[in-house]
Amino acid sequence: MKTLLEKYPRSREHLLDMLHDLQDAEPRNYLTRDALRAVAEYLSVPLSSVVSTATFYSMYSLKPRGRHIIRICESPPCQLVGAETLIDLLAEHLAVGIGETTADGVFTLETSSCLGVCGVAPAMMVDDELYGNLTETRVVEVIEETRRRNAAG
Amino acid sequence: MRLARGHVLIGVNDETLLAGVRDVEAALRRALEDGGLAEEIEIVETGDLGGTGLGVMLRVYPDGVMYGRVGVDDVVEIVSEHLLKGRPVERLRLPIRPATPTGLTQKQPRIVLENCGVIDPEDLEEAVAVGAYEAIAQVIERGVLPAAVIDVVKRSGLRGRGGAGFPTGLKWSFTAPGEQKYVVCNADEGEPGTFKDRLILEGDPHRLIEGMMLAGYAVGASKGYVYIRGEYHLSIRRMQKAIDAVREVGLLGDAIFGSSFSFDIEVKKGAGAYICGEETSLIESLEGKRGYPRLKPPYPGAVGLWSKPTVVNNVETLANIPPIVRHGAEWFRSYGTESCPGTKVFTILGHVVHPGLIEVEMGTKLRTIIDEYGGGMSAGKAFKGALIGGAAGAFVCVDCLDKPMDFDGLKELTAVLGSGAILVLDADASIVELLDGILAFFKHESCGQCAPCRAGTLALKTISGRIRAGRGRDGDLDRLLQIARTMQATSLCPLGQSTILPIKSALEHFREEFESRIG
Repeated sequence: MKTLLEKYPRSREHLLDMLHDLQDAEPRNYLTRDALRAVAEYLSVPLSSVVSTATFYSMYSLKPRGRHIIRICESPPCQLVGAETLIDLLAEHLAVGIGETTADGVFTLETSSCLGVCGVAPAMMVDDELYGNLTETRVVEVIEETRRRNAAG
Repeated sequence: MRLARGHVLIGVNDETLLAGVRDVEAALRRALEDGGLAEEIEIVETGDLGGTGLGVMLRVYPDGVMYGRVGVDDVVEIVSEHLLKGRPVERLRLPIRPATPTGLTQKQPRIVLENCGVIDPEDLEEAVAVGAYEAIAQVIERGVLPAAVIDVVKRSGLRGRGGAGFPTGLKWSFTAPGEQKYVVCNADEGEPGTFKDRLILEGDPHRLIEGMMLAGYAVGASKGYVYIRGEYHLSIRRMQKAIDAVREVGLLGDAIFGSSFSFDIEVKKGAGAYICGEETSLIESLEGKRGYPRLKPPYPGAVGLWSKPTVVNNVETLANIPPIVRHGAEWFRSYGTESCPGTKVFTILGHVVHPGLIEVEMGTKLRTIIDEYGGGMSAGKAFKGALIGGAAGAFVCVDCLDKPMDFDGLKELTAVLGSGAILVLDADASIVELLDGILAFFKHESCGQCAPCRAGTLALKTISGRIRAGRGRDGDLDRLLQIARTMQATSLCPLGQSTILPIKSALEHFREEFESRIG
């Protein structure tokens, strides 16, 4: 944790970068209490101020998430071509609600504002990977492919 | 440098990556080897080739043929037929006019996207070969005064392309005097249906760097920041790579071209907040804080990043600067309309045959955009309306088809050009459902700082939700309007102030759809 932080000068402007790095380093994709405390100490700012900033941005989480994060777009261009049906389907297939993590800890299902790939709507991201032109079949395929990759390594 | 007989440009971006561009590229390399053409035909990776939703796209030069939806299985045919024998594979050919690499045609004037899909965005030499950094070099070497740079931008009539349409030169001239100033490029593109900035970042990052340098030179700033939304992984990587490359050769850093002008740029990654596209909110976020908008005035030009004078410009705005400085204000004014010169990059989406990105002159009619560039309505259905400018935009109906698309032409329709997102709707689209989606978006993205927006977006979504469910109550439509009007008058920033746009326009043009759900 210390080595991650020491890449940056002790200045508040690097707070978002630090939070990104610490969250990426945590297998459960979230900011642990220790991580938040370490940042507060490193920058000499109150813990409450770090927590307040972290909770403002939707890419950070303060509770453990799945190893893979699904972000499905719900903005109008995707909505127009059936995103809402796909969101319901995903929730049902994974047996979780929006923002929840599957019992086996593999997936967290999140919805997202426009991902900026509207040319291939409806679209979603699984971790850093984008998937577009989604259909009911394709959504389930992507989930199962990811699950297999996860089991393999 | 080895000279090739022909070039195959491969569009590599987020979309084509997911369509399997890497496999196609590998297959193409193998096929060229097998056909003995590896020495004659060069493969060039580039950014967006000017269309989306078309799978893997290739452009073959010198003939300029465009292919779409290319699969691994098609590669051998392209190589043996087209590259070897010179017969284009018609079944894969796209009905898209290729942009000429040397510049502008009357049909598709490309100013901003001039080099997108033509050069390898990860290769500085290719960018320089098509004129990158010429404008800044001329300005510095001829000792052009900063005030003269501001003057040419003023005279060009360029207006901010982020949505508000404020004159860029005027904004620059308002920058207060000071020792330390900043240039901030707003690349926190989040307006639903908009991805023009992403394609500029991915396709021609050097254009943006040069635009920022010229802005820095003009206002006297030595430091620039590009704030890119966190979800744009490829944009962040390409921008960083481009900055590293120019820093390496001394185009960024201290004493550029041996002059007294020093400038450097840092990439900052956002973390998921639509509100950070608002300039003061973006500044707060750059400072490492919650992205709460500030009260204006003072404007960033006087009190900006770390309270220093700061110029904040959108990606597309800055991408217009180098050609304006190079070719002059008169040249720029020969495109577009009197009050809105130049071109506009639009994203055209929804129920059209070819959804994607286009650059057309300001003032082009919506009908032309849909029919000529979007390929017409998909499945032959009738045009019902469009949502223009994203969530903070407005619905228009058939009456709007022949209105000029620019900042002023839409004003009389109480619509806005905004970011240039055009979501085309056919007769089957439900305005009630779309408006509900938009209000859900606002409820989610309201930052929570000021009460009118925090409480207002929640109330709007609640009412809209029950209308959508067919349980609307008497007076609900007026209630929506009244709340949105209050928010327009009292919210702190443009987010809360703009819910009135989609609501008022939806009710103006499609009121009966809403009334039918009130029981």
